[in-house]
Amino acid sequence: MARDKMIALAEAVAKVEDGMTVMIGGFMGCGNAHVLIDGLIEAGTKDLTLICNDGALPGYGVGKLVEQHRLRKLIASHVGLNPEVGRQMNAGELEVELVPQGTFAERIRSGGTGLGGVLTPTGIGTIVAEGKPVVEVDGKAFLLEKPLRADIALLSGYKVDPFGNIWYRGDTRTFQPVMAMAADTVIVEADQLIPLGAIPPEDVVTSGILVDHIVKGGDW
Amino acid sequence: MSTMQMDKVQIRELIAGRVARELNDGDVVNLGIGLPTMIPSFLPDGVEVILEAENGIVGAGPATDTFSARYVVDAGGKQASAIPGGAFIDSATSFGLIRGGHIDATVLGALEVDAKGNLANWIIPGKMLPGMGGAMDLVVGAKRVIVAMEHTQKGRPKILEACTLPLTAVECVDLIVTEMGVIEVTPDGLVLKEINPAFTVDEVREATGAELTIAEPLPSML
Repeated sequence: MARDKMIALAEAVAKVEDGMTVMIGGFMGCGNAHVLIDGLIEAGTKDLTLICNDGALPGYGVGKLVEQHRLRKLIASHVGLNPEVGRQMNAGELEVELVPQGTFAERIRSGGTGLGGVLTPTGIGTIVAEGKPVVEVDGKAFLLEKPLRADIALLSGYKVDPFGNIWYRGDTRTFQPVMAMAADTVIVEADQLIPLGAIPPEDVVTSGILVDHIVKGGDW
Repeated sequence: MSTMQMDKVQIRELIAGRVARELNDGDVVNLGIGLPTMIPSFLPDGVEVILEAENGIVGAGPATDTFSARYVVDAGGKQASAIPGGAFIDSATSFGLIRGGHIDATVLGALEVDAKGNLANWIIPGKMLPGMGGAMDLVVGAKRVIVAMEHTQKGRPKILEACTLPLTAVECVDLIVTEMGVIEVTPDGLVLKEINPAFTVDEVREATGAELTIAEPLPSML
């Protein structure tokens, strides 16, 4: 299992092509793949569809991609803490699709786990339900919410071994375990690179079988 | 003491203090951002609740030196911690707890609430579009939904016969706590169960855009 998946930041960033759909985990910037985001800014990557819970904060995390007009579309649950998202949306510069946060997680999870979507009571009777099939199960109404997938997922791990096994620190875990399963290519930035076997198997949260490439994270 | 004499802080403290008495020892509670985050400091002696932050903390606590803001934030994006015995969980699990009925109560603000317990708190078309975040899941899944808010917005009632703004969820609100009183949503409509003695029943009715049944007796909310 000791295959080395380490690549240089520039090589990783080059895998994200203009116009691609990208997943980035985290919440309000916490747990975003900060080094990879800075790399995308540096490389000039643009026209991305970003699947991320929120627009983070101005100048922080994915907020930088918003500010630098690198996004064509944002699929998120909350954009209120980054006023620039609202400004670009109102100016017609950025398309925003808002998804309830639990539904957001389950759409990604179903995208990565071979399911045809998820049935949720969330959104019934609201504008979120518009155009979506309602399925009745044992007398209770559920919305059919379809899977979400991406070309690339950019993850942020704290301890990562050379096989790509990931242990997340604090509550940076968020959507990352489901995103790791829902993208064609998965790149993780590692705050700490540790030897194979240094994460006890019981503590591996995302298995290295899901990870294609590792870049050095840490300072940003 | 009318609202004119109560400043914003006093109004918020009064509401938070009253909501705190709705919570039971051991309850797992999700608090919305803003006013609801003030509630823990008003919990009665002997009542300890477990705070769930939807971004992935069971047993959320205040910022400490142990956890840096780089790795631990609460659902408002502010530096936070997990208390001893707490857990960090992923978002799919967190919303599984929320939708699955494992959260005893959620307390959140509202733009409008109506006589059926419909809630609107995430969008003012053309004006404000922050997104629903976790609110739609929380009000659908939590065992008890408590709205904590000022009774009116610039003098206009926020409690209405029917919401005018896009809904967060239908028939989800159980209790409304404002600076004027405590209102329960029942199948027969809204019942004023407690009143702030600074107001008369007529004043509460005037500030409310829906029919109110008045409980008898009508105790003080203070």
